[in-house]
Amino acid sequence: MQLSQVKEVLDAVVLCGEDRLDEEVSSACGSDFLSDVLAYVHSQNLLLTGMVNVQVIRTAEMTDIKCIVFVRGKRPDEDIIQLASQCGIVVMTSNERLYTACGKLYANGLRGY
Amino acid sequence: MEPIKLVYPVDGGDFIEAGEASSKMKMTLKKLGLPSDVIRKAAICMYEGEINMVIHADGGQAEVEVTMDQITLKMVDHGPGIPDVAKAMEEGFSTAGPDVRSLGFGAGMGLPNMKRYSDELDIQTELGKGTTVTMKLKIG
Repeated sequence: MQLSQVKEVLDAVVLCGEDRLDEEVSSACGSDFLSDVLAYVHSQNLLLTGMVNVQVIRTAEMTDIKCIVFVRGKRPDEDIIQLASQCGIVVMTSNERLYTACGKLYANGLRGY
Repeated sequence: MEPIKLVYPVDGGDFIEAGEASSKMKMTLKKLGLPSDVIRKAAICMYEGEINMVIHADGGQAEVEVTMDQITLKMVDHGPGIPDVAKAMEEGFSTAGPDVRSLGFGAGMGLPNMKRYSDELDIQTELGKGTTVTMKLKIG
């Protein structure tokens, strides 16, 4: 699925990486527990999370996740967005809750691992 | 190829800074042109080690050695040591406090993750002296 479609399906706002919405993601994971993201990541390259701190970006960086969607309308502060930008990670925020956001993407064909 | 040796200090005081050393190492491994799956595994192993050092040991040092066929990550700290290594290896066991848990860690997955993504894991620990976790990852 193209990141532009992720944005559309989740009615999300892009916080950084607007120029990279033509990139594709092949699978996704959703979790607030970063340890679990690190444990179960394989080839997922989209992370949906309600956890907002700088370690979310680090976790994505280590695991080659290329896009993070913050759910429940959460907005990271400027330092976090800047780090994501440096790491080449696209960041979006959506008002959907985690379960609903995952469900909508799944229903549109984006699977888990 | 001569072994490449890298040393990264890990600042213990600041949870915000945790991950910087792993980030730098990952960039260096990319420049060396290693396979991306090995780089990802090594980055996760070191990141988990770094987080552990910040949570439990007030920082430490990461020593990385890269040869033709292997990456060795040695995480050295002078923290309190691990009283029961077997227990610490169990998924879900953690002594981290609620502050750490509220940041998304402390689920008792750190050492199990390091074991999961490395080919060899060795833990040397002494109470009151510190811990050295050595991880080896095969390339190719």
